[in-house]
Parts: sequence; structure tokens; C-alpha cells
Amino acid sequence: MNEENVHTEDAPKEPSSGRLIATLGIAGFFSGILLVGAYLFTLPMIQANKARALEAAIYKVLPGSKSFETLVLKDGTLEVFKNAEASNQGAPPNSIFAGYDSTGALVGIAVPAEEPGFQDIIVGIYGYNPSAKTIIGFEVLDSKETPGLGDKIVKDMAFKTNFAALSVEPELVVVKKGQKKNPNEVEAITGATISSKAVVRLLQKSIGNWKPAIEKYIATAQKDKQ
Amino acid sequence: MSENNSGNEHTSAAEFLKGLWDENPVFVMVLGMCPALAVSNTAINSMAMGLATTFVLVFSSILVSSMRNLIPNQVRLTAYIVIIATMVTVIDFLLAAIVPDIHKTLGAFIALIVVNCIILGRQEAFAAKNNVKLSALDGLGMGLGFTFALLCIGSIREILGSGTLFNVPLFSDKFEPWVIMILPPGGFFTLGFLLLFFNWYKQRRKVKKV
Repeated sequence: MNEENVHTEDAPKEPSSGRLIATLGIAGFFSGILLVGAYLFTLPMIQANKARALEAAIYKVLPGSKSFETLVLKDGTLEVFKNAEASNQGAPPNSIFAGYDSTGALVGIAVPAEEPGFQDIIVGIYGYNPSAKTIIGFEVLDSKETPGLGDKIVKDMAFKTNFAALSVEPELVVVKKGQKKNPNEVEAITGATISSKAVVRLLQKSIGNWKPAIEKYIATAQKDKQ
Repeated sequence: MSENNSGNEHTSAAEFLKGLWDENPVFVMVLGMCPALAVSNTAINSMAMGLATTFVLVFSSILVSSMRNLIPNQVRLTAYIVIIATMVTVIDFLLAAIVPDIHKTLGAFIALIVVNCIILGRQEAFAAKNNVKLSALDGLGMGLGFTFALLCIGSIREILGSGTLFNVPLFSDKFEPWVIMILPPGGFFTLGFLLLFFNWYKQRRKVKKV
């Protein structure tokens, strides 16, 4: 073997294929061990970060809420997901969150949703008040909209006030800035019309999908109380 | 140990310092342009990207240098890429765990450190031929030089494009930010002007010396 002179120009003998394969095999083996170690070490921290971000967003879009429970959609019916905190694995897919104030009264339902924006998928969460049929808050969880233009859907405070009390009936309508007259109208951001419209589309589609299940859940919950 | 270390005239300090200025990866060698343009829209992003790249550079250099006599010449590039990709994935996990906000804004560019020419370039040009100590210093110098360059671009773009530096507002409300500076064209403009300045400065020093 030519361990001593592998880096000189005139290596006399080619190393055998077996040695080449063994070298890369060993490199791959150690790299795998290192990656699994790093993954297992960081996984609980990453999951905790995600859960914390989601929890903060839920309390933001449901102003006044002090606690929440996770609801999972099963065969068209919403059920309370019990071991959300015990398992610490975060919420299962297809789940929404019912927020309650300090007296235990329902503030609203926080629903995560996503929709293609200008650059990539916009992931957001909104608070929905089922009794008034209004949206009471909206936060962007993840977006890659153009910095300085499209990312105003995250940063523009005036745009956010659109979602403080937005009626979802008969349907959401996008209007130009300063022309909001009805409770179901959303003022678009100048220079970020596509991103603004994407947010409204996100809300409209998601409300359409979730409304029947939410109404059914509220009706059964009220029956149970009586 | 330092068999190919061109006449042993390089001191450790010189190996460290060359990356910061004389052989700066961005301003002199014009390497790693993709992250230099793409994630330099704010100072904090630039710094995070620079430090992540430095981490990968230093640890890849140490590993490559310590195994340089064990890796056959024919598979050296494959082996280097395995080492670099491992380091990049580790830093990706660490950033997601420790600074999730920055990890979110840097997005895919963390994973793309694997194909940053500076890293493979330093392994092939330096770490494969020098001992562990010099390779680590070379990696650290190059990484900090890259961080410095990114920070220059990022600070200029953030100050002009958002009117802030490290998210601290610098001007009164009357300053209208130049939105173009945080968009891709702003990156090209800034890099172009900085390269112009560095070359003008170098030229002038050369003329003065003569």
C-alpha cells in the first residue's frame, strides 16, 4: 500500500478498489453516527421551539385567552386531543385549538392554514369567533415573501388591524387601502397586493373547510353543558 | 509534519491573517458569491451565515488535515464532501435548536454551505497538505474573513434598505428606506462597489510602494 506517498505526484501503485471502498465506507459510518447523535441531541429542543412558537401564536390570535385545548378532526367530527402535553410531540396534523379565557368561556378557535403566496407557501394561523362568525386575529407563522414588499403581511401593523374583527359572511373581499366600508372587507397593502390577496385566499379557503366541523363541535358542546 | 508547506516560511499568524485581508475569500478571491449575495440583506443574517460557515470550515479542515494520510488520493474529494456535509448538517440542527428565528430566515442557505467553494477549496488547497494546527488557523482566518465581508455587505444593505443596523433604528422617521438595497439588485450593487473600493485601495498601495 502507498499510505506514505498518496499526495505526491508520482504515486507508483494505485490503491486497490477494496481500500477505496473501505475508506468511504468508514467515512460514511462515522458521519452517520455523528449525524444521529446531533439529531437526537437537538430534536427535543427543536420540538420545544416549535411548540412554543405555536403556543405564542395561539394566544396572539385569540386575544384574552388564557388556556387552550387541541381539537383533532376525525371522520368529520372534532374531538379533544388529550395527551398533547404529556407526549410533548406537538399537535397532530389536522388539529385546531380552542382558546378559553380565565373564566373558562370560549374565546375562539385558532386554526393553522397555508396557501401559496408570491414566492413560497405562506403558513399562518388565525383566530375565529364561531358565535359572531368573525376572524379576531391573524399571524403569519412562516413565509418567504419579498423582503420590504410582500413581507409587510408580517410587519405592517395597519394590515394586521384588518383582522381584529373581520366578518366572514357573506365572504371576504379585498379592497384598496382606505376603501374599507363593510366588516367583510380587507384593505390590501400597497405594493404587496399579491401577498395580501394570498392571505385572504388562505382565510377564505380554510374557513370554508373548517366551518361545518367547528359549528358541529360547538353545538354538541353546548348540548353537553345543558 | 508539514511536508508541503512551501519552505516553512509561513508562520501560524500569517496563515490566520491572510484570510482576513490579503486573501479575503469574498473581496479578493471572489468565492462564495451565492451566500454573499443572498443572505446579506441584514447584518444579523450576514453574521449568522458567516459564523456558521466558519464553524464548518474549521472543523472540516481539522478532520481533513488529521486524516490526510489515510485518505487515498482517488477518493479524496468524495471523502471531503462527506466530511463537509456532515458538519453542515450538524450546524443546521444546532441553529434550529438554539436560534430558531435566525435559522428560519437563513432557510435553505444553511444546507447550501455544503457547496460553498470556499470550503472545498480550502480542504483541497490547504488542509490536505498541512498539519492540523495550521489547517485550523487557515480555516478560522478564512471563515472570519468571509464573516467580515458578509458583515460589510449586510450592514450597508441594512442601513440603506431598512434604516436600521442589527434591528436598531438609526434615522428619524423622515428617512425613506431604499427598498432596492434589501432586494437582490441591492446585493449586486453593494458587492460591486465594495470590490471596486478594495481593488482601488490595493492598486493605490502598490503604486505608493513603487
